[in-house]
Amino acid sequence: MSLDLNGLRAQFPILSRQVDGKPLVYLDNAATTQKPQAVIDALVNFYTQCNANVHRGAHALSDEATRRYEQARDVVADFIRAGSRQEVIWTSGTTEAINIVANGMAQRLQPGDEVLVTEMEHHANLVTWQQACLRSGAQLKVAPILDSGELDVDAFNALLSPQTRFVALPHVSNALGTVNPIQSLTASAKAAGALVLIDGAQGIAHGQVDVQAIGCDFYAFSGHKLFGPTGIGVLWGRQTILEDWPVWQTGGEMIAKVSYECATWGTLPNRLEAGTPNIAGAIGMAAAISWFMSLDVAAVQAHEKALLASATEQAQAFEGLKIIGTAKDKIGVLSFVLDGSHPADVGFILDRQGVAIRTGDHCAQPLMRRLNVPGTARASFSIYNSLDEVDVLFKALKKAQSMLA
Amino acid sequence: MTLPGSDEIIEDLSFFDDWEQRYQYIIDLGKSLSPMTPEDKTEERLVRGCQSSVWLKSTVQGEHLHFDVESDAIIVNGLLALVMAAYQDKSPAQILAFDIDGYFQALDLERHISPTRGNGLRAIVGTIRNLASQPRQ
Repeated sequence: MSLDLNGLRAQFPILSRQVDGKPLVYLDNAATTQKPQAVIDALVNFYTQCNANVHRGAHALSDEATRRYEQARDVVADFIRAGSRQEVIWTSGTTEAINIVANGMAQRLQPGDEVLVTEMEHHANLVTWQQACLRSGAQLKVAPILDSGELDVDAFNALLSPQTRFVALPHVSNALGTVNPIQSLTASAKAAGALVLIDGAQGIAHGQVDVQAIGCDFYAFSGHKLFGPTGIGVLWGRQTILEDWPVWQTGGEMIAKVSYECATWGTLPNRLEAGTPNIAGAIGMAAAISWFMSLDVAAVQAHEKALLASATEQAQAFEGLKIIGTAKDKIGVLSFVLDGSHPADVGFILDRQGVAIRTGDHCAQPLMRRLNVPGTARASFSIYNSLDEVDVLFKALKKAQSMLA
Repeated sequence: MTLPGSDEIIEDLSFFDDWEQRYQYIIDLGKSLSPMTPEDKTEERLVRGCQSSVWLKSTVQGEHLHFDVESDAIIVNGLLALVMAAYQDKSPAQILAFDIDGYFQALDLERHISPTRGNGLRAIVGTIRNLASQPRQ
């Protein structure tokens, strides 16, 4: 089965709109992906047919909403091959998921302990751990990258020690597109006795993620980068670890028994989900996953590979363009700078031509300093982009180059 | 090249009907700003946007406020030139009376000065208006 790209694009209503009179070429998919009609319908259907609060109503709507909401959890659990549905914690997104883990870890870390991250972290997986270390007196270690934007695996391994209590690293770099060998890195970190979290924000939308095969303890991701709604995400964690993980927020839904003097916590997954959850978001995210799983994964991956290959080839032939991040294993992202032009100017001129990219530091300021650039222009591709759109990007870049000269 | 007045800019820009000419004009306006010296571009004078950065130095010259501005992005420099056409060497009362949002609307550039745009322009306008509203010593 091959990919019917026109049929796929037709499922995304936004892709047919225009910007400043020009067809939208949406190449900012690493920031957020567009939503297929199936997801939009799921949200509309929830609010028009069965909106009610979950887990507490003594009426038909609440039962139905609860059933759909909890079925959504099952969809996620299947998708990432979780050990059980209790291991799937709904969060507002990747950032909150990492905060739950970093906040809990901060209570368990002590002076002398170390937390290891990499030089390619998004701020969400850096500032969280930096602050956890500052609160606990533990030390933050940073594994360096090579100039290509690949992790220096030898240096990473050399930084692991019996003091390493926690390792947090990205599945895929948002700024560079580097795919990390998370399975072997996780194995090394586990062998050193550390807990491991994978920031899956960029890794989740490109194929199947199997948390058992990765071997990590936590995997965090967002719905909106996976064709789902914003404001919903998932923390997956091993049941044995999450069972007594320090609670994150307190309030309704997460308790077992409450008096004026004290309270006891409920069981998983509720103990880490205080308050009314994002019910529609969870249902929308499950709709996105079901939609995504109905595609031919091999065809999708081949198409994504072709998009990046075409973009890379045209970028290499483009005089005055420097690709930032040349790892052998990359996915979805072409980050670059044009000689003598600020990335913001490049983005600006592309925008006027209907081409949406992201420019700036990509929430990775230390990484930009390491690469010695003020920021980059980043085109990021998703499964619904076409090779023609890659060509439009480079035509638009030619114009930007001549205007900014 | 000296900077035209804000009315003149509105008139000039209304002549262009394609976006390339408009932005070329704005880029050229930006080139007419005098560059700041490296010593003047201090950390305290830096307004960092998530996409580009702007430096702003202000001096009181008699009844007027004088500004030195520079961005690392040339289109932002052009937009800064538009702002300077409105604020440069004006009195605090003139600065406060100027309808900057209406001006950018008249230029059909309002989305570039919106609070959501990460180019630092909104922050610069805010800083200048704050300076203008401070009591004089």
